[in-house]
Amino acid sequence: MEDCLAKKMEITVSEAEKRTGRNAMNIQETYTAYLIETRAVESQSEGQCGPVESLWRRYSEFELLRNYLSVTYPHIVVPPLPEKRADFVWHKLSADNMDPDFVERRRIGLENFLLRVASHPVLCQDKIFYAFLTQEGGWKEMVNETGFQLKADSRLKALNATFRVKNPDKRFTELKHYSDELQSVISHLLRVRARVADRLYGVYKVHGNYGRVFSEWSAIEKEMGDGLQSAGHHMDVYAASIDDILEEEEHYADQLKEYLFYAEALRAVCRKHELMQYDLEMAAQDLTSKKQQCEELATGTVRTFSLKGMTSKLFGQETPEQREAKIKVLEEQIQEGEEQLKSKNLEGRDFVKSAWADIERFKEQKNHDLKEALISYAVMQISMCKKGIQVWTNAKECFSKM
Amino acid sequence: SSGPKSLREMPHPLATSSSEEMGPALTPSPDLLLPRSIADKDLSLPNGTPVDTSSPASSSSLLNRLQLDDDLDVETRDLFVTVDDPKKHVCTMETYITYRVTTKTTRAEFDLPEYSVRRRYQDFDWLRNKLEESQPTHLIPPLPEKFVVKGVVDRFSEEFVETRRKALDKFLKRITDHPVLSFNEHFNVFLTAKDLNAYKKQGMALLSKMGESVKYVTGGYKLRSRPLEFAAIGDYLDTFSLKLGTIDRIAQRIIKEQLEYLVELREYGPVYSTWGGLEVELSEPLEGVSACIGNCCTALEELSEDMTEDFLPVLREYILYAESMKNVLKKRDQVQAEYEAKLEAIALKREDRPKVPTDVEKCQDRVECFNADLKADMERWQNNKRQDFRQLLMGMADKNIQYYEKVCVT
Repeated sequence: MEDCLAKKMEITVSEAEKRTGRNAMNIQETYTAYLIETRAVESQSEGQCGPVESLWRRYSEFELLRNYLSVTYPHIVVPPLPEKRADFVWHKLSADNMDPDFVERRRIGLENFLLRVASHPVLCQDKIFYAFLTQEGGWKEMVNETGFQLKADSRLKALNATFRVKNPDKRFTELKHYSDELQSVISHLLRVRARVADRLYGVYKVHGNYGRVFSEWSAIEKEMGDGLQSAGHHMDVYAASIDDILEEEEHYADQLKEYLFYAEALRAVCRKHELMQYDLEMAAQDLTSKKQQCEELATGTVRTFSLKGMTSKLFGQETPEQREAKIKVLEEQIQEGEEQLKSKNLEGRDFVKSAWADIERFKEQKNHDLKEALISYAVMQISMCKKGIQVWTNAKECFSKM
Repeated sequence: SSGPKSLREMPHPLATSSSEEMGPALTPSPDLLLPRSIADKDLSLPNGTPVDTSSPASSSSLLNRLQLDDDLDVETRDLFVTVDDPKKHVCTMETYITYRVTTKTTRAEFDLPEYSVRRRYQDFDWLRNKLEESQPTHLIPPLPEKFVVKGVVDRFSEEFVETRRKALDKFLKRITDHPVLSFNEHFNVFLTAKDLNAYKKQGMALLSKMGESVKYVTGGYKLRSRPLEFAAIGDYLDTFSLKLGTIDRIAQRIIKEQLEYLVELREYGPVYSTWGGLEVELSEPLEGVSACIGNCCTALEELSEDMTEDFLPVLREYILYAESMKNVLKKRDQVQAEYEAKLEAIALKREDRPKVPTDVEKCQDRVECFNADLKADMERWQNNKRQDFRQLLMGMADKNIQYYEKVCVT
């Protein structure tokens, strides 16, 4: 934490702008560009700040950055990006990507992403990340030159590994299970929350009708008129207050969404481990079979059924020279194989160690963040209630004057 | 007050050329007229039956009553009635509920200072009909709805019985507070008789002997001009019913929305619990949130229940009240129309004047009486209504405040 970029540099995504341009297929499109501002901060207490530098990036570039980080640091739980398309919306919220509220929430999400990466002890040191923040032109080319796409594991390979791996580290299996459950429960939560918001909106808005009726009623009354009229006004206030309340709640929903997407990042690390473990197991298996072959050739015994054995029985055995040559080849391969196995083992152990360290770090971060999110949610609810009490107390006073 | 005015001192309605002036001439101020209408023995119906305004101890005590504040002091009240203790009765023919009606009084009209009888809805309905018949010039408070759609509402559910009990209690209290209705003979019997059915049968027999029911049934008279104030009351009641109807609909809609919100909340809470099961450090706070949401559900449920049981019935009651009041206004119009028609008939005949024939005089009396009673009742009604609504709406505000406070605490 001491050396992370976040301490040395102020990072903000301060603006969003609609742009039109030509994309890779030379088709005109509209997209939103985000302004990233950075400023070097001296760690001394004088707080001397450098000049503000800025550049524009669009969402697809953020995606590219993240892909690069995921492939290059497979043992790290890489922070997720805010959602590409609006999901879990309750009816009033727009699902349109160009909607200003959505863009605004996305801006905040992108800033959050950058801050998370910048405060990660490993990720913050990456040069591509630094360039993303400071170098506008030629960044894409720089990323592609790293050739990270080649390092990416194919999905098929990963899937294969998941099913066939025999001895994955138990902790990773549990972690994968956890991240599946987490994803499921948070999705469910967000869906229900959206419905709850919808209904609450309805309740508040219908109270607005009281305002209108009270006003009309007050017109025909003599003594009751004033009281009714002013109470009606409070009903209008009540009905209008729900808009702000629900906007604040969206922020809470976004915090939950971040961890929903984090679950995916966790799963990615687990998958990588499974892949490596599977690779290891395959290599070990290969080595064993080669050793076995060698032994068979040397001793002339056929322990297991093999096509070679059959054909040699049918067509006659090989000459001693042929056999020698084969044994030699095998012995070389075995040598290679053992070295490879050793290094794969080492790789695997290193991976498990560093991945697990990052997972622990992630767990602490998650517990801290979610606790805070729940607290702020509770505070929001209390404030909503206090507002409700205020409005109804005011209305009651008006009624008492009738 | 300057004491009763004789009929002859009143300006002849047809003496003035314009018909509008009929209005004000016919409706002198209520506190002058009411004791007069009681004290004047000439007051009777066209067929000779005396109008059933129960005689108070004296007209002066009645006057006293009128000159008091509308919020009657407890010390000056001498009649207290309560409806409580609903009980279910299962008979071979039917199942029904009776309520205990308790009376405490110092009035001379009652033989004992305390009474306790059991009555069922039918009996209240009978009382109301009797009051309407015998006091047609007065506004009779409404009863809760008679018929309930079976299957939709459970007639014997606690909530329904309690709502009805409250409404019946209100009904009797309103009659008790009325300076004329509370002295009605039928009301007295209702409060005191051990066997009401016997009295009912007796009453029916009497009626059939009379041959004609005590009703202001006048057919087909067209009203020349409605006095402004009654026209205004009519308009007011129309708008009033309309607005109340709208408020009723809004309140129902809110309750519906609240219940749907409740449904979602009920699903929302447990999800936090499930999540808590997944976590280690976070399980406590998550469980906490889940429990809180559960408490919110309970509080919301209570709010909706309260609104359904306390708020809506009162609205509906006032709508019924307004309806029955409009009917009384129509009757008043009819009485006035009949009077005008009779007057016209005389004018056409051009018989000896100024002596106005007795039956026309009686008509005029009726009209004046009607108008006066109505006005007095309207004023009382307006005040009571104001009080009732003040209480009602404040109650609504209170309930909402309580709801939010409960949620806050949780």
